[in-house]
Amino acid sequence: MNNKFGRREFLLFGSTMAGSLLLKSCATAPTPTTGASTAPGSSSTASAPAAGDVIKVGILHSLTGTMAISEKSVVDAENLAIDEINAAGGVLGKKIQAITEDGQSDWPTFAEKAKKLIDQDKVATVFGCWTSASRKAVLPVFESKKHLLWYPVQYEGQECSNNVFYTGAAPNQQIEPSVDWLMEKYKDKEFFLVGSDYVFPRTANLIIKAQLAAKGGKSVGEDYIPLGVNEVKPVIAKIKAALPNGGVIYNTLNGDTNVAFFKEMQASGMGADKYPVMSVSIAEEEVQAIGVEYLKGHFAAWNYFQTVENPASKKFVAAFKAKYGEKRVVNDPMEAAYIMVHMWANAVKKAGKADDLDAVKKAAYGATFDAPEGPVTMNANHHLSKYVRIGEVVEGGLFKVVYETKEAVKPLPWNQFVAETKGFACDYSDPAKGGKFKAA
Amino acid sequence: MSPLFKGARGIEFPIASILICFNSLEDPAVWSALVDGLFSGVSIGSVLLLSALGLAIVFGLMGVINMAHGELMMLGAYTTVLVQGSLKGTPLFEGYIFVALIAAFVVTALFGLFLERTVIRYLYGRPLETLLATWGVSLMLQQFVRSVSWQFVIGTTIAVALFLVASLGLNRIPFKFRNLSKAGIGLVAGTIALQVSNALGTMYGLAMTKPWFGAQNQDVTAPQWLRGGLKLGFVDNVQFSYVRIFIVFLTVICLAAVYFFLNRTQWGLRIRAVTQNRSMSSCLGIPTDRVDALTFAVGSGLAGIAGCAVSLLGSVGPNTGQNYIIDTFMVVVVGGVGNLVGSVVAALVIGMSSYLYGTFAGQIGFIQDLSKTIGIDLGAQTMAKVVVFALIVVFLQFKPGGLFPQKGRTVDA
Amino acid sequence: MQTLAKKPPVNSTLPKRSRSRLLIETAIVIAIAIAMMTIVPGVLNAIGQSFRVGLLGRFMALAIAALGIDLIWGYTGILSLGHGLFFALGGYSLAMFLQLQPALGGTGIQMPDFFVLYGVTSLPWLWQPFESLPFTMIAIVLIPTIVAAVLGYLVFRNRIRGVYFSILTQAALIVFFNFFNGQQKLINGTNGLKTDTTYLFGQVMSGPVMQANFYYLTIVLLALAYALCRWLTSGKFGQLLVAIRDDEPRVRFTGYDPTVFKVLVFAVSAGLAGIAGALYTVQSGIITPKAMDIAFSIEMVIWVAVGGRGTLVGAVLGTLIVNFARSLLSEQYPAFWLFFQGALFLAVVTVLPDGFVGWFKTSGVELLRQLSGKSKVSTYPSLANNPDVTYEQQAIDDRKSDG
Repeated sequence: MNNKFGRREFLLFGSTMAGSLLLKSCATAPTPTTGASTAPGSSSTASAPAAGDVIKVGILHSLTGTMAISEKSVVDAENLAIDEINAAGGVLGKKIQAITEDGQSDWPTFAEKAKKLIDQDKVATVFGCWTSASRKAVLPVFESKKHLLWYPVQYEGQECSNNVFYTGAAPNQQIEPSVDWLMEKYKDKEFFLVGSDYVFPRTANLIIKAQLAAKGGKSVGEDYIPLGVNEVKPVIAKIKAALPNGGVIYNTLNGDTNVAFFKEMQASGMGADKYPVMSVSIAEEEVQAIGVEYLKGHFAAWNYFQTVENPASKKFVAAFKAKYGEKRVVNDPMEAAYIMVHMWANAVKKAGKADDLDAVKKAAYGATFDAPEGPVTMNANHHLSKYVRIGEVVEGGLFKVVYETKEAVKPLPWNQFVAETKGFACDYSDPAKGGKFKAA
Repeated sequence: MSPLFKGARGIEFPIASILICFNSLEDPAVWSALVDGLFSGVSIGSVLLLSALGLAIVFGLMGVINMAHGELMMLGAYTTVLVQGSLKGTPLFEGYIFVALIAAFVVTALFGLFLERTVIRYLYGRPLETLLATWGVSLMLQQFVRSVSWQFVIGTTIAVALFLVASLGLNRIPFKFRNLSKAGIGLVAGTIALQVSNALGTMYGLAMTKPWFGAQNQDVTAPQWLRGGLKLGFVDNVQFSYVRIFIVFLTVICLAAVYFFLNRTQWGLRIRAVTQNRSMSSCLGIPTDRVDALTFAVGSGLAGIAGCAVSLLGSVGPNTGQNYIIDTFMVVVVGGVGNLVGSVVAALVIGMSSYLYGTFAGQIGFIQDLSKTIGIDLGAQTMAKVVVFALIVVFLQFKPGGLFPQKGRTVDA
Repeated sequence: MQTLAKKPPVNSTLPKRSRSRLLIETAIVIAIAIAMMTIVPGVLNAIGQSFRVGLLGRFMALAIAALGIDLIWGYTGILSLGHGLFFALGGYSLAMFLQLQPALGGTGIQMPDFFVLYGVTSLPWLWQPFESLPFTMIAIVLIPTIVAAVLGYLVFRNRIRGVYFSILTQAALIVFFNFFNGQQKLINGTNGLKTDTTYLFGQVMSGPVMQANFYYLTIVLLALAYALCRWLTSGKFGQLLVAIRDDEPRVRFTGYDPTVFKVLVFAVSAGLAGIAGALYTVQSGIITPKAMDIAFSIEMVIWVAVGGRGTLVGAVLGTLIVNFARSLLSEQYPAFWLFFQGALFLAVVTVLPDGFVGWFKTSGVELLRQLSGKSKVSTYPSLANNPDVTYEQQAIDDRKSDG
């Protein structure tokens, strides 16, 4: 009996130790060449200077669970921007201190952590969220506490909150131009719409169908795969049945399903020549994860690709690789995350104080930033004017830009192809107009 | 209703839809859909079967509910990533998948052995406890692949080594508050390891702190000869993917190997003996302890092979395992616990019906009408899983022991 | 059922001493409840942790579900890994009602936002009953109860037990999870239903007034749930449940029909989970299909395991401990906290099979005595040291592990 108990003891201490103390070691490990970025925020609280010398900001993304695949890199980009600002002397003479919270891919947890960041840590602003569901879950928290969230991902639009700045693309800055481009390039081909089963693909496809109908294109079918499902054979069969002689596939799948989808496409003999796929959730990181072999010749629509040629982009890519390793790549959401941290810092500098959010917001309207994608401007509708690009996957896993707009496209959060929101706009610089008003 | 018919409830649907197809056999499109459907169903079924094979052994023979089975598959998939990466550019690359299969088997079998020796063996006969413990293991494994780095590995090793040495020393002296002191030693060992790994991080920077994999998905690209598919002459527009053909073959080979191992080898005989009566086997001189360890290792190794195979089809990431765990349990339970033939039939039936429902349900008039009447979209992709699982629940009402229930009086776990 | 009818009221059979004990327990529960209502929020506010009050409210709602799990697992030996289903059904019932509430100052029924987005113009039949508050209040308890009763009846009638039951509950969970996840137009799929911007009785749901009320309501209902479980597990009914757990065939041979009792207790436990789900939803402001995630249902079991299965206090304590630990650890180590959770699962199962409360009852008291310098207590000191006896004990343990 005694002997047996001894082993159990071993289990207890072994697991608590291996589980706890050692992880602590990693959690608090400073990464000297790069500052405190890989160390989660709160662990740096202990060594942080007194509260008066720093401006605290919150970072709220999923570090565990299904969404961690995408969101972890965005956190990396945000930390990079914070390091850059701190290296340049910080904001208003104070260093920025990031407090990282894990949303755990669970929407109520996002709301809980948002409350914690605002109420307990008293952060100046929060950078965070990826999925629309998580954004919608934290929205009431930010609205009721009159706080400010910066959101870095392209999304379905149909929202314009006074307490959120959206630095990803609105549908008219990604989806609509890409559909136009496809209709131009593949004049007589029909469309098939495939997406994950949640709000962004559903809304996106609603818009695409309306757009196709208005401009004389044709969609022969649409199908949705539940998030996280890896078995895509049925969808491939449906596409083949609907488009026996080839056609354009518009892909709004999210996450892991993409991997199975492209592998199955290739195995079923559906190459990019006959079945070109336009994706809106596949960027450099996803190409790496899926494998270039499966993606060559397919397209993606974004505002930024790592291959964009300009000094800001080069600096961004170089800084990121220096901090996180040569093998890492940057992508559009990471760029948007990088932009928003800088834009916030610039707005705070202009406003002269970090905690007066109304002043910060006012300072942000009309502010421009020399972003890696080109100079972008924050509009009074809390969205960015952005460049639209279409890239083709080429050898090496990067994108060749095959189309780009000459100027930044103005964002339209309320979609003009959807009947319910046609004619509406958003303008917070004029108190009479607000979040949703009927434009003349 | 005779019991035979009662049991057939689960496969009623695929038969019905195949019959619908037969009505219009003249149309070549229907032919190709039928051939494609059969192949797809079989290939989905064989993926399920391959994933469930290890579980059928671990759960069926040992009564251990291994919730970390999916994570063992994930380990196999990550092994494939590593093998692929290390063979890139060498002449062996085209055959890397075979190396990866062996490596995945060895790595996961070793991990399974470790798991059995440290955790599972204290929990035999308590299946529900094994479920909770292995769930804990699965969480840790998921986080492990996200955050493993040199710093992490070195830190963990130092702490475990320090703790083991100190507590071994402690065991030699009679002492009153041994537990408390051990907790204290744990703290000290943890702190030392923390300081060391911090120092390492400071000294070597990115080389130490960079995660090996990180939270992102990893890429596994099939070798050249597995890309694309086999075109069939007599039906249009149908292509059998080489990867899926490969997996079907792999499944058959694994199945044959497991059958051979269990029924034709000495250790297989021992495993079956211990499964049936542990005390008696022990009396007859069978080393039950080693048999347990071996069985669990083999079951885990099979999970590794399955992980390597599915990495050719889908994503490799921290969440990979989660996608398979419930499906594989269903295969084992529907087939009848402890019965390989049952698992084969169950996997094929489940694979076939979910494929057919997912593909054709939206086009069947009856289902469209029903959807309109009740206001619920029954043709949606998601509903395939709903319907198949609901059918499983119903099926188990009629055959609680699965398709091929274990005979005898001690069926209960 | 006859056996139930024959059962005399519990109180009258209690000897005087137990009755006074019961009074003391009631007084303690009431005292703790009042303390939770008055002192704890004040203290938390004073130390600048006011958002933890909301967390506490949510965790106490979860504790109600844990009580239900303890009832079926700790006392009756049925391990359900699908309680998230009942939790979600309760949550969705209330959320559907709240989604239909008009904006401030409005009247009648308001169509939820997402219906507009998906072009749904008339209220689906599934939603219509949830226009009424009384129906919703009943539905929160009744829908999970009925689902559980039907599922339980089918399963228990076939004498499906142990592991097979657990896996079946997971299958049922998957069915509902995929259904709720996939029906975008009906119940907003993955995004779930939000409750926090709704106005009810002129107050916004996420506002301090409503949240304080829900906090108090949760405490009251938790106390009531505790009383219900206490009542169920004491007396003959409770003994019967334990008998089913320890040896079901024997109970059957004695002339009882275990199916009835198992279905009953499973349904009660589902009802408790439904209440918990509703309270949790209004306090966290959203209910999504994630509540029907396998992980969440397994976590529920862990709360009970950590606290101590078979003790009601353990279920409540376990829930609070695990959830606060999780919350704090994920704040401290956002990238690593999953290790702690995994380690907790392992540690509880291997080292503390009876949970904290169980451990305290057996070894904890002993340890305290030892620490205070008193000698070890054994019931039969001579037996405990007899090698023959320990050998036999070992043999019995081995036989048990043969399964």
